[in-house]
Amino acid sequence: MTLADLAPAERAILESIGGDRPFRRRLMELGFVPGTAVELRKVAPLGDPLEFAVRGCKVSIRRREAAAVAVERTERRR
Amino acid sequence: MSETPSKDAAPLLALVGNPNTGKTTLFNRLTGANARVGNYPGITVERTVGRMALGDGRHADLVDVPGTYSLAARSVEEQIAIDALIGRHGVPAPDLAIIIADASNLERNLYFALQVLELGRPAVIALNMIDAAAAAGVRIDVERLSATLGVPVVPVIATQPRTLDDLRAAVNEALASRPRATEWVWTPSPGLKADLEAIDEALDGAVPAGADPQLRQAVGLWALMSIDADDELTDAPADLRLRVLDRLQRASEAGRDIDGEAIAARYAWIDRHAADWITREEVPESWTEKVDRVLLNPVAGFAVFIGLMFLLFQALFAWSDPFITLIEDGFGWLAGWTTATLPEGLFTDFLVGALIGGVGNVLVFLPQILLLFLFIAIMEDSGYMARAAFLMDRIMNRIGLHGRAFVPMLSAYACAVPAIMATRTMERRRDRFLTMMVLPLTTCSARLPVYTLIIGAVIPASYVAGVFNVQSLTMVALYFFGIVMALLAAAVLGRTVLKGPRVPLLLELPPYRLPDPRSVTRLVLSRGRVFVSEAGTVILVCTAILWGLLTFPQTTPEIDALSAERTRIELEQGPGAPSIERLESQITSEQLRQSYAGRMGRAIEPVIEPLGYDWKIGVAIIGAFAAREVFVGTLGVVYSVGEVDEDNPGLRAAIREEKTALGKPRYTPLMGLSLLVFFALACQCMSTLAAVKRETRSYRWPLLMFVYMTALAWVAAFVVYQGGRLLGFA
Ligand SMILES: Nc1nc2c(ncn2[C@@H]2O[C@H](COP(=O)(O)OP(=O)(O)O)[C@@H](O)[C@H]2O)c(=O)[nH]1
Repeated sequence: MTLADLAPAERAILESIGGDRPFRRRLMELGFVPGTAVELRKVAPLGDPLEFAVRGCKVSIRRREAAAVAVERTERRR
Repeated sequence: MSETPSKDAAPLLALVGNPNTGKTTLFNRLTGANARVGNYPGITVERTVGRMALGDGRHADLVDVPGTYSLAARSVEEQIAIDALIGRHGVPAPDLAIIIADASNLERNLYFALQVLELGRPAVIALNMIDAAAAAGVRIDVERLSATLGVPVVPVIATQPRTLDDLRAAVNEALASRPRATEWVWTPSPGLKADLEAIDEALDGAVPAGADPQLRQAVGLWALMSIDADDELTDAPADLRLRVLDRLQRASEAGRDIDGEAIAARYAWIDRHAADWITREEVPESWTEKVDRVLLNPVAGFAVFIGLMFLLFQALFAWSDPFITLIEDGFGWLAGWTTATLPEGLFTDFLVGALIGGVGNVLVFLPQILLLFLFIAIMEDSGYMARAAFLMDRIMNRIGLHGRAFVPMLSAYACAVPAIMATRTMERRRDRFLTMMVLPLTTCSARLPVYTLIIGAVIPASYVAGVFNVQSLTMVALYFFGIVMALLAAAVLGRTVLKGPRVPLLLELPPYRLPDPRSVTRLVLSRGRVFVSEAGTVILVCTAILWGLLTFPQTTPEIDALSAERTRIELEQGPGAPSIERLESQITSEQLRQSYAGRMGRAIEPVIEPLGYDWKIGVAIIGAFAAREVFVGTLGVVYSVGEVDEDNPGLRAAIREEKTALGKPRYTPLMGLSLLVFFALACQCMSTLAAVKRETRSYRWPLLMFVYMTALAWVAAFVVYQGGRLLGFA
C-alpha cells in the first residue's frame, strides 16, 4: 500500500520512496526516510493535498506523489 | 585557513535556515531597520544585508540567505545557500554562519544544520520558537545539544527582542573563538567513499581556494547530490559534472542510492541522539488543531475564505473612503490656492496640472494600498495564508499552476512586479514562467485607481437588497474576472507555449499565531513606501511628460485662426459677448487636438472606437502604458485642459460631464464597463514587462505577454461594448 491509501490518523512505516529524483530527495530530506513512522494528519477539503507528520514535523504533499511512497500500515491512533 | 578580512572591515555573518523558522523576524530584529538590498552576482535573487550590533559597540554585516530545507541545489537560485556559506561564485565567505533552527520542528531543522556543520566552517545555532515548542509540549536540553554538535546553541524567541542579547553575545564570542564541527557525525559507506574519492580531483573549480579536506568532502557530497542530467546549475565545472554523472550511473547499476545513503545516515544520527535532547509531552489538542477543524472544513473553511476575501474588498472601498475624500479635498484646495496665488502662465499650469495633480493622484490611493497590505500581512503572519493554499491547491493544480503559485498570485493583487519576483520560490523554470505570464491578469493595486475612478464616476451608487453597494459589487466582480482570466490563460498557456511536467507540491501549515504588530506594520509601511517612491515617481514623471505632450505645440494654424476670430469678435462686440465663451472652449479643445498626445490619440481612434472610446481616452490609454495608474493622471490633465471651470477640479465630475460629439454623456455605464474590462486585461505596465524581461532573461516572454494581453483586452472590451449595444444597453 502507499501513503495515499492511509485514512486520517492512520500510521504506517515508510518502505520506499518513489518519484523523480528531486522530489524523492526533497521528501527524504524532510524526514521521509525508509523505516520511519508516518501519520496522515489532514486531508484538504477538496481531497488534495494531504498533510503527513514524520518525527513531529508536518508537511503537505499531493495525493499523486504520496502514491509513489510505499508504506506498511501499523496501527490506528485512538 | 580562509581569507581573513582586513582588521577594520566589519565581520560578515550569514543567516541560514529552513523556511518558516522566523528567519525574517530574527534578521529584522538583529539588524533594525537598516537593511540594504542588492543582488547576487549574475542572478536576480535579492541579497539583503543589514548591520547587526554585537553588543560591545562593534557591528557586523548580516546577510539574510534565502530559507531552504537543504543545501543540495538544482538551480542557480538554490545554489545561493551553499555559495553564501563557503564563499564561491563571487559571493564572499562569511566569518560565521548563524543557523536558525525551529525548536518545534527540531529534527528537520537539525538535518539542515548538520549539512552546514559538515562544511567545517564556524557556526552558531539560534534555536528559535522555543515558546511555540514549549506550548506543543516540546522541551529541549540546549546544553547537551550544544555539546553533541560542537557549536554554541542559543535559545531565542525572535519576536521578543530581549531574548536576543544572549545571541549577540554568543556571536561576538564566536567571532573570536570560531567554533566549528571538526568532523562529520556520520561515516560514509565504502561505496560513497569511493564516489567521493573519484570526484575529488575535479573539485578544484567548485571549492574556494585553500579549502581543507573536510570542506572538500562536503562540497563533493553536495555535487553528488545536486548534479544530474537535467539540473539547471550553470557553474559546475564540466569535468566535475561528467564524473558525477558517471558515479550516479554506476551507483544506480549497483542498486545504490547516493541521496538516500547520505540522508538516511544524517537522520539515523539525529534519531539516535534525539532522546538525549528532546522530551515530548502529550499536550491537549492545540488550539491550532481546533481552529483548523473549522478553517479546513469543506463548508465552513470555504465560507470563511470567501468571506475574508469579500471583507477585504468591502474594506478597500467602504472603509477607505473617508481618507480618500480627505486627500482629494486637500489637493483640490491646494490646486485652487496655487492657481489663485501665482500669476497665470505656463509655469503655474505646469505646477497645477502636472505636479500637484500628479502627486494627488498618487497619494489618493494610499489608503487602499495600506489597507490591502494590512490584510495580506495579517493573513501571512497569522498562518492563514498557508491554509488558503491548502484549500486552493486542488484547484490551482487543475489549472496547471504550482500550489506555491498561489502566493505570487495573491501578491499580484498588490503589484505584479514583486509577485513576478516571488515566482522564484518555484523550482522549475516552466512553473515560474507560467505563473509570471498570467500574474499580470490578477487585479493589481495599480488598477485600483482606474477602477475606483471609473466605478465612482459611472456606476450607480445604489444598493442591492439594501446592503450591497452596486459599486462594491462591480469591484468584487472585477477581481473575480481577473483571477478567472488568469486561470484560463494559465490553462491555455500551460497546454501550449509552456507545456511540461508538473512539479510536486510541498506545503507547511504553521501553527496559528497572533500576528506580530511590528512585522505587520513594517510590511505595510514598506509596501506603502514602495508604492509612493516607485509607482509614485513613475507616475509623476509620466504625468509631467504627458502634460508636455498635451501642452505643446501651443500654436498651430488652426489655433491661430480661432484666436484671430476671438480677437475680431472681441473688438466688434466687446469682451462680454456670449460667443466668446464658446470660442474659448473651442480653442482649448483645439489645442488639445493639435497637441502631440492628441495626434497620437487620434491616430489610434479608429482602433478603439468600436470599444466606445474616443481619442481623449486613447491619449490616456497611451499614457497608461507607462503604468496603469497613469491613466488617471492623464485623464486629469486631459479634462482639466478641456475644463473651463477652475472651481470644479474633481476628476469624477469632469468625467460625468464629458460629452460625445452628439452631446450625449461619453461615459455611459456600458462604456465604463468596456473600459474596466479593457483595463482588467491589457498589459499596461512597463515595469511588469521589465521585470519579466529580467526574470526570464529574454525579450521573447515580455513580448508574448504584451501581445497576448493586449489582444485579449481588445477582444473582450469589444464583446462587452458591441454585445451590450446589441442587447439594447447603452
Ligand atoms: N511564537 C513565536 N513566533 C515566532 C517566533 N519567531 C518568528 N515567529 C513568527 O513566525 C512567523 C514566521 O516568521 P518569519 O520571520 O516570516 O519566518 P521566515 O519564513 O523563516 O522568514 C511570523 O508570524 C513570526 O511572527 C518565535 O520565536 N516564537
